[in-house]
Amino acid sequence: MSVGLYIHVPFCLRKCLYCDFTSYPRQEEQVQLYLQSLTAEMVLYGDRLDARHKSIKTIFVGGGTPTCLRPEYLAGILEQVGKVFSIEQGAEITTEANPGTVNLPALKELRAVGFNRLSLGVQSTHRELLRLIGRIHTFSEARQAVTEARIAGFENINLDLIFGLPTQTAAQWRQSLHEIMALQPEHISCYGLQLEENTPLTKAVEQGQLKPCPEEEELAMYQMARQLLGENGYQHYEISNFAQAGYQCRHNLLYWQNQAYLGLGPAAHSYLNQSRWGNVEGIEEYASLVKQGQRPVAEKTTLTIKEQMEETVFLGLRMLEGVNVESFQQRFGKSLQEIFGKQVSSLTAKGLLEQSFGHLKLTEKALPLANQVFAEFV
Amino acid sequence: MATPQHRIRNFCIIAHIDHGKSTLADRILEHTGALSQREMTEQFLDKMDLERERGITIKLQAVRLFHKAADGEEYQLNLIDTPGHVDFTYEVSRSLAACEGALLVVDSSQGIEAQTLANVYLALENDLEIIPVINKIDLPSAEPDRVKQEVEDVIGLDTSEAVLASAKTGLGINEILEQVVTKIPPPKGEATAPLQALIFDSHFDAYRGVIAYIRVVQGTLKPGMRIRMMATQKEFEVTEVGVFNPRMTFIDELNTGEVGFVTASMKNVQDVRVGDTITTAQNPALAPLPGYRQVTPMVFCGLYPVDTVDYEDLRDSLDKLKLNDASLIYEPETSDALGFGFRCGFLGLLHMEIIQERLEREYGINLITTAPSVVYRVTTTKGETLEIDNPSNLPPVNNIEKIEEPFVKATVMVPKDFVGTVMELCQGKRGIYSNMEYMGVNRVMLTYDIPLSEIIYDFFDQLKSRTKGYASLDYEMNGYRESDLVKLDILLNGEVLDALSCIVHRERAYTRGRGLCEKLRSLIPRQMFEIPIQATIGNKIIARETVKAMRKDVLAKCYGGDISRKRKLLEKQKEGKKRMKQVGNVEIPQEAFMAVLSIEE
Ligand SMILES: Nc1nc2c(ncn2[C@@H]2O[C@H](COP(=O)(O)OP(=O)(O)OP(=O)(O)O)[C@@H](O)[C@H]2O)c(=O)[nH]1
Ligand code: SF4
Ligand SMILES: [Mg+2]
Repeated sequence: MSVGLYIHVPFCLRKCLYCDFTSYPRQEEQVQLYLQSLTAEMVLYGDRLDARHKSIKTIFVGGGTPTCLRPEYLAGILEQVGKVFSIEQGAEITTEANPGTVNLPALKELRAVGFNRLSLGVQSTHRELLRLIGRIHTFSEARQAVTEARIAGFENINLDLIFGLPTQTAAQWRQSLHEIMALQPEHISCYGLQLEENTPLTKAVEQGQLKPCPEEEELAMYQMARQLLGENGYQHYEISNFAQAGYQCRHNLLYWQNQAYLGLGPAAHSYLNQSRWGNVEGIEEYASLVKQGQRPVAEKTTLTIKEQMEETVFLGLRMLEGVNVESFQQRFGKSLQEIFGKQVSSLTAKGLLEQSFGHLKLTEKALPLANQVFAEFV
Repeated sequence: MATPQHRIRNFCIIAHIDHGKSTLADRILEHTGALSQREMTEQFLDKMDLERERGITIKLQAVRLFHKAADGEEYQLNLIDTPGHVDFTYEVSRSLAACEGALLVVDSSQGIEAQTLANVYLALENDLEIIPVINKIDLPSAEPDRVKQEVEDVIGLDTSEAVLASAKTGLGINEILEQVVTKIPPPKGEATAPLQALIFDSHFDAYRGVIAYIRVVQGTLKPGMRIRMMATQKEFEVTEVGVFNPRMTFIDELNTGEVGFVTASMKNVQDVRVGDTITTAQNPALAPLPGYRQVTPMVFCGLYPVDTVDYEDLRDSLDKLKLNDASLIYEPETSDALGFGFRCGFLGLLHMEIIQERLEREYGINLITTAPSVVYRVTTTKGETLEIDNPSNLPPVNNIEKIEEPFVKATVMVPKDFVGTVMELCQGKRGIYSNMEYMGVNRVMLTYDIPLSEIIYDFFDQLKSRTKGYASLDYEMNGYRESDLVKLDILLNGEVLDALSCIVHRERAYTRGRGLCEKLRSLIPRQMFEIPIQATIGNKIIARETVKAMRKDVLAKCYGGDISRKRKLLEKQKEGKKRMKQVGNVEIPQEAFMAVLSIEE
């Protein structure tokens, strides 16, 4: 059974104002330390994992901003992966990229070394909104990045957008969606803004300097995205994700189908052999642990069967098609009904769940309230 | 080696709350060598976690100490530390019956307060020798002379020999002990007479059964003796007798005049009533000692498990708490909204809060407490009289001839500058003026008859805040009076929520109804549908609010596969839900059931 590989690149040129991902300023020494340690971590796993877990079907290089590293560094990472693991034929190999950090030669190089999917953090098409959330690029740079990526040979491009920003209007959002669709990406992610604790944006909202987007408006934007994207050939397949036929993100599907993946790099998370673990966040700590030949793990939990079942359901429900009832039965040897019958019937009675084509899924109404449903399964 | 009776002194420490009783007890324990400084913790006798956290005494504590007096003799001192809070006056009155004297502690920076007076009167009724102790004289704001004068003027005690003390620094402790020895009479009672021992407190221990705290009034008590409870006529064989010094210590016998404990495999708490007299089976005393008057609970509330499966646990836990707190009463009741629970009676709000907290903490039961109510007396048109301790049991208006409510005699002590403020407050709370007396030049004692329901509503908080904390309050039951009362119902989603019904004065009904709706709106979290909240009197809607529907609750992003974080968020969300009560379709947080207490008017 092959696995997915996630590689965390914890550097950014500048911290965006809403961001609480693990990322640090790009300093060359730190970058070198990181790269060495990452290699060492791979070797560590190379020695420990059995063959089936070294067979890789998807790779996702995320961050941070992977593309704030020189392309040859990213190439080096991929090369190292190839040495330690075996990358399956036709594997999906994605890197995230910040439109302000790529150009044609870089994109060409990335494509040439094997990256076949590009995920660009466009976030908004409006200058004032990009500035408000502290992005380092403009929309015209993003547009250019897409054009250049096409020239470089990327045939699978995702564009990330955020809605529900303070001051953002429905009209702006509609315009953004149109402008994004005009670029004809294969995949679009639309994330509702999450005000994470201790970010500058959240503080500004808490201190009343910014008004958060009213819930009704955010909800309307979400529905607008579903409708517009749907009308234009983008299938809504996960709470925040839309794709043209055949272009669903295979790596992310692993998460939602509760499949195995290995995460490398500081703050990366893994799910292998029924255990979940997360790496330490600091680069120094990460480096010193792998140097000592230890796995740089901060916390690890082994899931009980019950927990695995719960996660299979609440992750699976993120997908619009829902949880495959048959697969559940096969995986656990017990039916979903037997384990969660009570929750399923009460949520069904409330109009939040429905069954169709052998799947248990969220109803239209439940989509924006998904956590309310998920919480019933933990 | 028994102490001869004439060298025994039994006394308690009484005072207004926080005037330093327990701290004084600390210094006495230290001074007599019962505890070394290393063993000492502040307010050592406050043993319960809750007492320590809140810094107040809830239960009386008796300890035995020895003091080598100036006359060269060694005296046995039995000291009882008592609570100062008005809810626990019953503890004080029980302690007094085991003593011949009392240390009256008065904070020299505060002077006489309401419970100083209440407790000193109790002590005088019991014919105790009272030794005034002017405490906290280390404080810069101490005014010992003024306070001494106050004690003379108000209580009529001679203060020429009052001890100026600091329980903090230890100043005056020896002098206090000398006065205990010289001024408090030794216990009377014939050592050879048939045993009479007063049970002034009891405690349930899982291994020993009931531990009865007693004062031997006459005769002797030893292990092996067959004893009889005079009220219940139950007989037991004494297993152990002992004292706290301050640690539990077994001794050979308890003699006439001594204070200590007895165990006798008494498994059934009902058999060992506080106030009963223990005698021997072979040679019983002719008559029991005068007992205590029964305490009657003043406030009632419903206690319900959030999760209905905890009902039996709740019953067991109440049974257990009752073992050590006879004043707690409860009986099963049902609510349409909350299911099965108990209606419980308490001595006051603090008592209620404490029981509730102990049930949650010590017994791990997730509870819903409904707003406290007093006991209303309803005369029906048919001429029946009903006692209503649960507002939802009030008969229909048409069947009611009249409703009476309990009043208390409230004594407020306050600096004279605040007299106007306090009178205004009392009037606002439907108080009826009864008396005003100057106590010294600066302080005034005001007496009002006030409905108890107003006292438990927010009277005390108001009193404290409007007088900048200077006023103190004592109250005692003072009969029933007819009032113009109505029942206020709350409807959620169009359904009456019986647990939120309350009885209010007609003139208050509108503001209370509006306040309650607003409060509930702020307390009830948004749910997947809109929830109308209405307040009604009879069929008339007097206020309305709406909890808007929740529109959005979804996590957009998967943090690089960090499912554990997501899981934790969901678990937290679920945990939050567990603390809510599902009534119909609506999830209601526990605080909502007490909302009426926190309305601002
Ligand atoms: N400065 C000073 N503080 C004191 C003195 N005696 C007690 N205190 C403080 O006063 C507060 C109340 O003391 P306690 O001994 O708990 O009072 P209490 O009378 O037992 O209170 P209750 O049992 O709740 O009625 C504590 O913070 C003590 O530290 C004193 O002589 N001087
Ligand atoms: S680019 Fe991405 S990871 Fe970096 S700061 Fe901005 S949001 Fe955070
Ligand atoms: Mg005390």
